[in-house]
Amino acid sequence: MSAPVKIHTTHNSGRAQTEPAFVRWILIFIALVFLFLFLALPLAAVFSQAFEKGLAVYLEALREADTLSSIKLTLITAAVSVPLNLFFGVTAAWAIAKFSFPGKNLLITLIDLPFSVSPVISGLIYVLIFGLQGWIGPWLNAHDIKIVFAVPGIILATIFVTFPFVARELIPLMEAQGKEEEEAALVLGATGLQTFFRVTLPNIKWGIIYGVILCNARAMGEFGAVSVVSGHIRGMTNTVPLHVEILYNEYNYTAAFAVASLLAFLALITLGVKTIAEWKVRDQMSS
Amino acid sequence: MSIEIENITKTFGAFTALNNVSLTIPSGELVALLGPSGCGKTSLLRIIAGLETPDRGRILFNGEDTTQSHVRERRVGFVFQHYALFRHLTVFDNVAFGLDVRPKATRPSKSEIREKVMNLLRLVQLENMATRYPAQLSGGQRQRIALARALAVEPQVLLLDEPFGALDAQVRVELRRWLRRLHDEIHITSVFVTHDQEEALEVADRIVVMNRGNVEQVGTADEVYENPASPFVLNFLGNVNLFHGRHHQNESEHHEPQKSSVSYVRSHDIDIDRTPQDSSALKSEIKHIQKLGPAVRITLAIEGNPDFVEAELTRDAFQNLGLQRGEQVYVLPRQVRVFVEDYQI
Repeated sequence: MSAPVKIHTTHNSGRAQTEPAFVRWILIFIALVFLFLFLALPLAAVFSQAFEKGLAVYLEALREADTLSSIKLTLITAAVSVPLNLFFGVTAAWAIAKFSFPGKNLLITLIDLPFSVSPVISGLIYVLIFGLQGWIGPWLNAHDIKIVFAVPGIILATIFVTFPFVARELIPLMEAQGKEEEEAALVLGATGLQTFFRVTLPNIKWGIIYGVILCNARAMGEFGAVSVVSGHIRGMTNTVPLHVEILYNEYNYTAAFAVASLLAFLALITLGVKTIAEWKVRDQMSS
Repeated sequence: MSIEIENITKTFGAFTALNNVSLTIPSGELVALLGPSGCGKTSLLRIIAGLETPDRGRILFNGEDTTQSHVRERRVGFVFQHYALFRHLTVFDNVAFGLDVRPKATRPSKSEIREKVMNLLRLVQLENMATRYPAQLSGGQRQRIALARALAVEPQVLLLDEPFGALDAQVRVELRRWLRRLHDEIHITSVFVTHDQEEALEVADRIVVMNRGNVEQVGTADEVYENPASPFVLNFLGNVNLFHGRHHQNESEHHEPQKSSVSYVRSHDIDIDRTPQDSSALKSEIKHIQKLGPAVRITLAIEGNPDFVEAELTRDAFQNLGLQRGEQVYVLPRQVRVFVEDYQI
């Protein structure tokens, strides 16, 4: 394919830059100071606080029962919500990018909705629906089904909040690639599934990885929405971010920062994978 | 394998892409669908392939109704305008794709596939490119790989959508001659879409001229060029000058003068002379001279005619006359076609 979408990289030759050297240096300096103050410094603070009393205390804080239970819950939440949103994201992006149907724009808007809604509101929605005073709360209660202040509520809220990540990443990528390759596969006798797995999927592989890693980071790090539906029951409905807050409020700083450092590690890994995926997506778009 | 197109109508919203089109494509022929963009030619091609469903009408392959059969079952080879090669697969795997996706029962063995693919790559003269990726090929090479991939499934019909549209001028000319020779070798019923009249005239056995969802004329290159059925066909195939009836007192005996009619003269059907050779010669002034390789285009203003007229002379004829800009000359149309005016350019 002859590169219908060309991504412009910023490899300017020296001649193209007309600003004097001191302007460039000032701009670079401001950017670096900003990065240092708002990103590097807090990250360093997290790790220095976490390891302040030595590695032994750090590990001890992580081995505490409530901490382990919060890590487990966070992993379960991510393990359920990320695959579901992966499935949903791929299907929605496929439908939007490769077909035209009535209500397409509405669907795109709805996918974006969680981005524009405050996480607290997202959590509150579930309390209003499934809570005891909510629409179907009494019925659920009568049948002994717990959603709010229990694991299902946390998973639902997380799914809602992380809903757009995969779809949002894939829609522009798939739209840029068009549907000619899929049509070519069909003409050549491939079935719908063969077309998807042999043609569509390889072309969006890195887009998926990018979307999943962001989705996962958000799923594990979500505070607001989960906080509303969780009920903060120690050892039961506390995820890692909620547990960090509890520890901090109890003046247990070392433990709080030790657990927080897990999320910081997650952020660093996410950043690394995301950067690689970005390069690959760029290649896939332009080739 | 012949293709019959019966009363095909296709609309996209309020836009009628094809308006009750019927057409027969005889077995083994190379047919061009020629027309300006938006005339419905690509829609027709995609309907033949099964990539688009018609609102009404039928498509028959060898007399058998295929309108309802899925694109997968039609056994057509389709070459897309931008080739649509699978970018993540090598050239070899691209060509082998149609064979690889067959169900186990009908899939050839690995070594059979290999042999077949290499034969096809030889046919398109790219056997040393088997391990490359599409991004590493030139436009012309991609085009040939797309063709090899389409031929790998032994299609009954080969369909090509603007096959040379995305190539630069020289490669385009080379490739279309190559396609013509290839077709003479393998004789597969082929339909290609083009908006380039030169391409259609050079390559096709038969040309279908289309305009606004209708077929204007079907015929060999000579037929559509020499005997255009409508002003549209005449205008679309080659440069034409218009002479409106009222400016044509000398020729008005050919048709009723009160009815608005238009005479069409191809630019190379115009003689230029310094003295009037005939009573119907028109006095004109040379406004512009443009040399285009072997031909010379001369723009003339005919006395009493508001529109300029373009004449094309061979370089020799131009040099013999020694024409200059601003000169007074006499223009004599050699061949005039008159259509009653129902068509506006």
